[in-house]
Amino acid sequence: MATTQDTLHAAADGRKLNDPAMLKRRYAAEWRFKAYGLGALGIALFFLVVLFYSIISQGWTAFLQTNIKLDVALNEADFQDADGQITEQSIRVADYTKMARDALQSTLGLESPTRPEKRDLRGLLSRGVDVQIRNKIESDRSVIGQTVPVWVLANGEVDALIKGSIDRNTPEERRQLNNKQLAWIDKLIAEGRLEKQFNTGLFTYGASSQPETAGLAVALIGSFFMMLIVALVAVPIGVAAAAYLEEFAPKNTFTDIIEVNINNLAAVPSIVFGLLGLAVFINFMGLPRSASLVGGLVLSLMTLPTVIIATRAAIRAVPPSIREAALGVGASKMQTLFHHVLPLALPGILTGTIIGLVQALGETAPLLMIGLVAFVVDYPTTPLDPATALPVQIYMWASSAERGFVERTMGATIVLLMFLFVMNAAAVYLRRKFERKW
Amino acid sequence: MEQIATSATAETAPMSGVANGEAPKVTARDVCVFYGAKQALFDVNLDVPRNSVTALIGPSGCGKSTFLRCLNRMNDTIPICRVTGKIELDEQDIYDRDLDVVELRARVGMVFQKPNPFPKSIFDNIAYGPRIHGLVRDKTHLEEIVETSLEKAGLWKEVKDRVHEPGTGLSGGQQQRLCIARAIATTPDVILMDEPCSALDPIATAKVEELIHELRQNYTIVIVTHSMQQARRVSQKTAFFHIGYLVEVGDTEQIFENPQDKRTQDYIMGRFG
Amino acid sequence: MSTSMILLGLLIAAALAYIVGIVRCRASTGGDVAKLHSRTGYYGSYLAIWTVLPALFLTIIWAAAEQPVIRHLVETSLPAHAAGVENDALMSLTLGRINSVAEGLPKLSQSEFKTIENARLGFTPMLEAQRLLQEKGVILGAEPEPYIISAAYDEVIYRHTSSWLITGLAALAALAGFVYGFTQIRPRLRARNTVERVVLAALIGASTVAILTTVGIVFSVLFETIHFFQSVPTFDFFFGTVWDPRFTSAGREGGASGQFGLLPLLWGTLFISFVALAVAVPIGLYSAIYMSEYAGPKFRGFAKPLLEILAGIPTIVYGLFALITFGPFLRDTGAMVGLDIAASSVLTAGIVMGIMIIPFVSSLSDDIISAVPQSLREGSYGLGATKSETIRKVVLPAALPGIVGAVLLAASRAIGETMIVVLAAGIAANLTLNPFESVTTITVKIVSQLTGDLEFNSPQTLVAFALGLTLFVITLALNVYALYIVRKYREQYE
Repeated sequence: MATTQDTLHAAADGRKLNDPAMLKRRYAAEWRFKAYGLGALGIALFFLVVLFYSIISQGWTAFLQTNIKLDVALNEADFQDADGQITEQSIRVADYTKMARDALQSTLGLESPTRPEKRDLRGLLSRGVDVQIRNKIESDRSVIGQTVPVWVLANGEVDALIKGSIDRNTPEERRQLNNKQLAWIDKLIAEGRLEKQFNTGLFTYGASSQPETAGLAVALIGSFFMMLIVALVAVPIGVAAAAYLEEFAPKNTFTDIIEVNINNLAAVPSIVFGLLGLAVFINFMGLPRSASLVGGLVLSLMTLPTVIIATRAAIRAVPPSIREAALGVGASKMQTLFHHVLPLALPGILTGTIIGLVQALGETAPLLMIGLVAFVVDYPTTPLDPATALPVQIYMWASSAERGFVERTMGATIVLLMFLFVMNAAAVYLRRKFERKW
Repeated sequence: MEQIATSATAETAPMSGVANGEAPKVTARDVCVFYGAKQALFDVNLDVPRNSVTALIGPSGCGKSTFLRCLNRMNDTIPICRVTGKIELDEQDIYDRDLDVVELRARVGMVFQKPNPFPKSIFDNIAYGPRIHGLVRDKTHLEEIVETSLEKAGLWKEVKDRVHEPGTGLSGGQQQRLCIARAIATTPDVILMDEPCSALDPIATAKVEELIHELRQNYTIVIVTHSMQQARRVSQKTAFFHIGYLVEVGDTEQIFENPQDKRTQDYIMGRFG
Repeated sequence: MSTSMILLGLLIAAALAYIVGIVRCRASTGGDVAKLHSRTGYYGSYLAIWTVLPALFLTIIWAAAEQPVIRHLVETSLPAHAAGVENDALMSLTLGRINSVAEGLPKLSQSEFKTIENARLGFTPMLEAQRLLQEKGVILGAEPEPYIISAAYDEVIYRHTSSWLITGLAALAALAGFVYGFTQIRPRLRARNTVERVVLAALIGASTVAILTTVGIVFSVLFETIHFFQSVPTFDFFFGTVWDPRFTSAGREGGASGQFGLLPLLWGTLFISFVALAVAVPIGLYSAIYMSEYAGPKFRGFAKPLLEILAGIPTIVYGLFALITFGPFLRDTGAMVGLDIAASSVLTAGIVMGIMIIPFVSSLSDDIISAVPQSLREGSYGLGATKSETIRKVVLPAALPGIVGAVLLAASRAIGETMIVVLAAGIAANLTLNPFESVTTITVKIVSQLTGDLEFNSPQTLVAFALGLTLFVITLALNVYALYIVRKYREQYE
């Protein structure tokens, strides 16, 4: 006995068990390891901050847009057709661009501008001003014959100057706005005729090649339709599938296949769903391209695994005692499911549904495959009309070269993130509110 | 210096047998343990004699395991747990700020309720402690340590041909003896055993008890057990815990033959617990 | 549109049948509901099911078959030279023209329709017919040949007939079902059991949608891929080192003259994914270790949701960040230290993708590390190991299989990721080892081959499906294997 004890303790000679140098080394390693962990976490959170900072700092200005107040003289003569009548047609074709330019010219007190001056004047206004003035008249025809103040959009370059992304100090030949234009802008600012206002256009315009008249309306409507379709298709099917798998399915190969299948489907790259949509919904079933219906269906298939997995977890959380109680009073299995299990699992199902919708709302790649990358000006009225989606709109704007679109891209991203944030907050709220400890 | 002292104890221990009149190995004074706001132990005072087996008995939830885990500060791993009072190991306060918990646990080994071999080979299981504590000079030395530890745990004969196979492949009783060998390998003075046989069958239990009996000659052992027969078989001193209080402590013989406290008596007679 | 009208009609019929069913079962017992086997609602549902279900199946099958059948009828009626039996591209072009004419025809007035008919028979010039159609919004590139008008005319007739036929058949089926169900209703009828069987069938049906989706993916992609391999040799695709799918306009001969080598794309995909994992795995794993082993509940409660935010950000936003902020930043930084880094380099896309995957790796690893039993940690602490020694030498080795599974899942995610690389990786298919240069990926090429106005049946478009199939197979293999490992790992500690 004593010999083995000796051997064991001989282990310690040379290096003692309580050698302070050794201990110090071990604690240094401990400290380093912990620091790596904290550092890694710090890096991850640092990225988060950088990401948000870069988007918000570049995007928040998109919610403001520079407008110019013009006193537009609406002379009757300008609206008459060849017969001297004012008709809907003649109102539609009137030369509003000229009216706007004349108004700006008189506001700036220019008697007879030269040709280059005329061009410079036009350069201050957005190309969308004609529509703005026409809309004003079409909504109230009685203004014809009067001089009315109208806030119209300034050109994108002017907007950029006001927001500070064009430097006044760059030499004139390399600046997008010349000295004369700068002087006019200063004059307009001094008179309170040029200012930044909340950018309602961002939410009401459709596609446009001019950044100042490009908006998210079509994308918002398209995304709304798609969310609606996902909610109507993926949720009922997902809940039904989950209910079957949890409550009825026997343990056999078939249900095993379904299980494995659902887990794998959740990890299939989203772009492959786009290929599926293109081949099946568009080429085989003949549904229209660019329609939010197809987008909604593809997103539904993509969201299905998420809904199923969340619902199964929620159903599993309902304790068996509840089922036994219901079966014990003579309810059928189906009645137990619909009367007791599903209502109790509802908060979990709702949370899962919202998470699925969040995922679907942010998804871009499959939508590119089925033609939702489209230049759509008019609001879609049904899910069969051409539309885009919010993330796809971001993608399209990101691919445009002009500076004004960078700001709008980031602005649209902020809008998207806001929606996601609100939906996630709703999910968290639901979970907290209905959290039940059995 | 510490090391020499330990060796000396080990050499003299077999001669001295059960510690009589010697200074106790571990002394606990006014130990209270709190889990959050709830108090789990109340003013426990206990001396653990050197080179003997001390059994902690009592009904479930009485605090015996909690007390055991105070002796190597295993409770530190539970964030809400707080310990007050004083516990000394060789007259050194183990809750002292200067004392290192890693060092303490190397000197106070522990064997758990359920055998918990690491998912590594038998060899690596044993080598783990010596390696992290830097006790190893070279490869042959390590092999020596492993063999000696397994021998002392009575496992060497059974596993010598497969020391490089996973420790999780052993039977339950073998696994538990592997865990004991693992604890021995770091040359502790004290071994704490938390119901080491509760997951084992009677034959494996007998083997472990036999092992405890042998180990007593070189180590101070504190064992928590549910089984009164086991306490009686393996221990020289027994402490009875009840709902957080140490009710009675004394020589095992005396506790089982002639308990002083009514609660001890009831428990031993099998009236509750 | 007539299909949706039929569905609406069936919905109304169902509501009526439900009410009739309730009335009928009450009448059958003289108003004593207690004598019925099931509650009255079940009898209503029973009748509604009998009324709607057969008609519904009929309509769905009809709607699915209608398109292919009509197409086949039209195709076979075409003259041989126009049908271009051996030329798919020409065929689809012709069918496209027929379709657009067929869409225009119903918009014409009676007399205009007459003109078209005359034109088809050769009485009026074709130019006149083209003009008429143009007015109704049908743009035809050239004068329509008579057979196109003929075929379109036939198509309209087929459509019309088909829609009347199915309306009639559906109505008949609904009526028959209703009558049968109605005669079945008696007090002893086990209405609830029948209804529940139908509901169960619906539930089973719902759970097979997931399988159908997989089957749909495999078949649709496989079908088009086989199509692709008819014009491009399989070997050239899988082992070609040059990617240059020359875009040629639709239908022209020699459309297959481009080179479709997969290897540069595969290399780009793997290279970027590798960089992403090199970023995500250490950061994600160390974060997970810190969160599960060191952090207190308070810190955890604060940091975990933040990481979840990182996980919830859509990939398009990461792509944007790479394109607008990170790429230029990396390029400028590189320029400062004398490195020539392309704005859309492997590093840009890889690092940003890595950031995206961090929360994925960390939450999976967190779960897996937490699954390591506490007893192992205690065993190690009991021997006097420090926390980091316990983690490095006991917890991580024990969790290794699970962590490998997590990394494989992350790899599959990186390989299939699209938007980041579409925005931030290059489009040139380079085979390079230099991480400062740009490469392109499989997903980028799928997107670029399918956006834009391309003829569907050209190899330039079809190659996207071959790429999609490659992507699907790679990710599927990774997923199946990773999920298997993780499952085995969990079972070990259960």
